Amino acid sequence: MADQRTDEIRIVSVNGMLGYGYEIESLQAGIAIKPHLMGCDAGSTDPGPYYLGSGNSLVRADQIYRDLKPALVGAVRNEIPFVIGSAGFAGAKPNVDLTLDVVRRICKEEDLHFKLGVIRSDVDKQTVIRALERGEIEPMPGAPALTRELIEESSHIVGQIGTDPYIAAFEMGAQVVIAGRSCDTAIYAALPIWCGFDPGLVLHMSKIMECGAQCAIPLAPNDCLLGTIRKDHFLVRPLAEHRICTPESVAAHTMYEQGNPFLLYEPEGIVDIRGADFEQADRQSVRVSGSSFKPTPSLKIKLEGARRIGARAFTIAGARDRHVIQNLDVIERAVNEAVRRNLNDEALREGYQLNFRYYGKNGVLGELEPSTVAPAEVGILIEAIAPTDSLASYVLSLARSSYLHCPFQGRKATAGNLAFPFSPSDFAGGDVYDFSVYHLMNVRDQNALFPAQVETI
Amino acid sequence: MPTLGDLASVIRSKNAGPFQITIDVMFAAAEDYQRTLKSARFTAAEIARRYRIEEAQVALIPFARVNAIKITIPRRWGSRGSGSMGDRDVYGAQQHGPLVDLEID
Repeated sequence: MADQRTDEIRIVSVNGMLGYGYEIESLQAGIAIKPHLMGCDAGSTDPGPYYLGSGNSLVRADQIYRDLKPALVGAVRNEIPFVIGSAGFAGAKPNVDLTLDVVRRICKEEDLHFKLGVIRSDVDKQTVIRALERGEIEPMPGAPALTRELIEESSHIVGQIGTDPYIAAFEMGAQVVIAGRSCDTAIYAALPIWCGFDPGLVLHMSKIMECGAQCAIPLAPNDCLLGTIRKDHFLVRPLAEHRICTPESVAAHTMYEQGNPFLLYEPEGIVDIRGADFEQADRQSVRVSGSSFKPTPSLKIKLEGARRIGARAFTIAGARDRHVIQNLDVIERAVNEAVRRNLNDEALREGYQLNFRYYGKNGVLGELEPSTVAPAEVGILIEAIAPTDSLASYVLSLARSSYLHCPFQGRKATAGNLAFPFSPSDFAGGDVYDFSVYHLMNVRDQNALFPAQVETI
Repeated sequence: MPTLGDLASVIRSKNAGPFQITIDVMFAAAEDYQRTLKSARFTAAEIARRYRIEEAQVALIPFARVNAIKITIPRRWGSRGSGSMGDRDVYGAQQHGPLVDLEID
C-alpha cells in the first residue's frame, strides 16, 4: 500500500469493462512497474435498465472469471491493492454477489489469502422516500420528476459510491475491494486522494482511466492504461507497446460520454478542466496539469433505480413487395384495429402496447429520419408489451397473423405480406424495465450510506 | 457545399446517462472546425429542428483545444430513459444521423 509521503502513485487500469477482455502482456507490463493500485470498472447504465432491474449481469460469469483471474492473482501475489467498482454491471446486491462468487472461486483454485473489502451500494427505499419528502432529491438533466410510487415500484435502487467508502475500506486494511455501483472515478481516485494528492488532478486522471486504453491511438477500451499521479501533474500511458497517447487523444477523450467536456461533476465536487494543459511527455505518455477542483458545499449522491413495466414478445420479418412497403402505415393501422377487435375485455383492461419498427426505412431514427429514399426491402420488428408474458405473446400472435394477411388497396401479392426467417416466428423477450430513478440525493455521511466491510479470505 | 459529415473526421453520438444524448463532432483541420462554427446553417435552432426539440434544450459547446464541437440534447426515444418501452437505440450510438447531411456554408 502506498504510504502518505510517496512522491507519485502509479495506477493500472486493467480495462474499461471487466469481462470485455484485455491484452495479457499489457497487464504483465503493468504489474512489472510495481503499481500502487490496480483497478477495473465493471459496470454502466449504457445497456439499459434491465440489468439493474433484474439483477442479472450483461457480462457472463465465465467472462468475469476469465478477465478477473490473471488480474486478481497478479495483484494479490505482488501485494498490489486491487479495486473493482460497479461489480456485476449494475452494482445491486445480486450483481455484487455474482462477482464475489467468482472471486471466491479463484481464491480457492489459486489458494489466495487476503483481506477483502466489500462495499454495498443498495439504497433502502424508505431512505429515498424520506429524502423525497424532505425535498432533498433533484432530477438529473432530462430525467422526469420522482414520485413515491416510482420508488416503491423499483426492484433495485443503488447509489453511486464516491471516494470516502473506498478510503474507509483501505483504512480497515482491505487489499482487494469489490464495490457495488460506483462513480467511475472513485475506483482510481480514492487511494491518491487518501494519500493527499490534488483532487482535481486525481479525479481528472481517474475519469480518463475508467475507460482503459480508450484514450489511446489505436483506441481500445479492452486494454490496460497506466496513470501516474504526482504533486502538480499526472501522466497517462497505454501499457501495450503499439499504442500511444497524444495530447489530442487524451484531451478528446475527456469529451467522451460527458454532457459537458469542461466540467466533471463528482460527489466530492466539480473538476474544471478548462485550465488543463496536455503535453507529450515521451513517445507513449501525455502529461496533464492545471485541472482544478471546487469542493461541493453539500454532498450529493447519484441514485439509479429500475422497475419492471411489463413483459415483451416480438417477431422479425421482412417485406420485399413494393406495394407492401408503400402501405406500411396503412397496414399498421389496420393491424392495430384488428388486434383491439380480437382481444376480450379482460385483456383490454390489463392493457398492452404494440410497437412497429421498420429497419431500412426509419427503424433507428423514427420520425427524425431525414432520408426519403424508397427502400427495396424493409425489416419489420413487431413488439408487444403487456403486464404478463402470456398476454404479450397473445397480442403478438394476433398482430403477426393480421400483418401477414392484411388486405390493402392495390395489393397484388395476396398470399402474404411478410417473409419470416424463422419457425417458430415469435420470441419471448422477458421482462421490460425502465429507469424509475435517476436523481441526486443529498447525503450527509457517505460512509453510513455505503458502509465498507472487511473479511479475511 | 460540403456536409457536416464531409468536414468532420469523427461524428458520433452516445448516451450521457439514460436521459441525454451527446454528439461529438471532431475535425482534423482547424479551418473546418472554424468554418462549421461560423456557418449560419450550423445553429442550435437548426439542430433543434432536426431533432424536433426546443432550441433551449440544445447545448452546443465548442472545444477549441481539440477542434471539436459537443452537442448535448435530451434523449428522444423510450418511455422513461434508455432501454425502456419504445426505445430505438439503447446506447444512443446511432443518433447523429440527422446532422450528417447538414450542409455547411
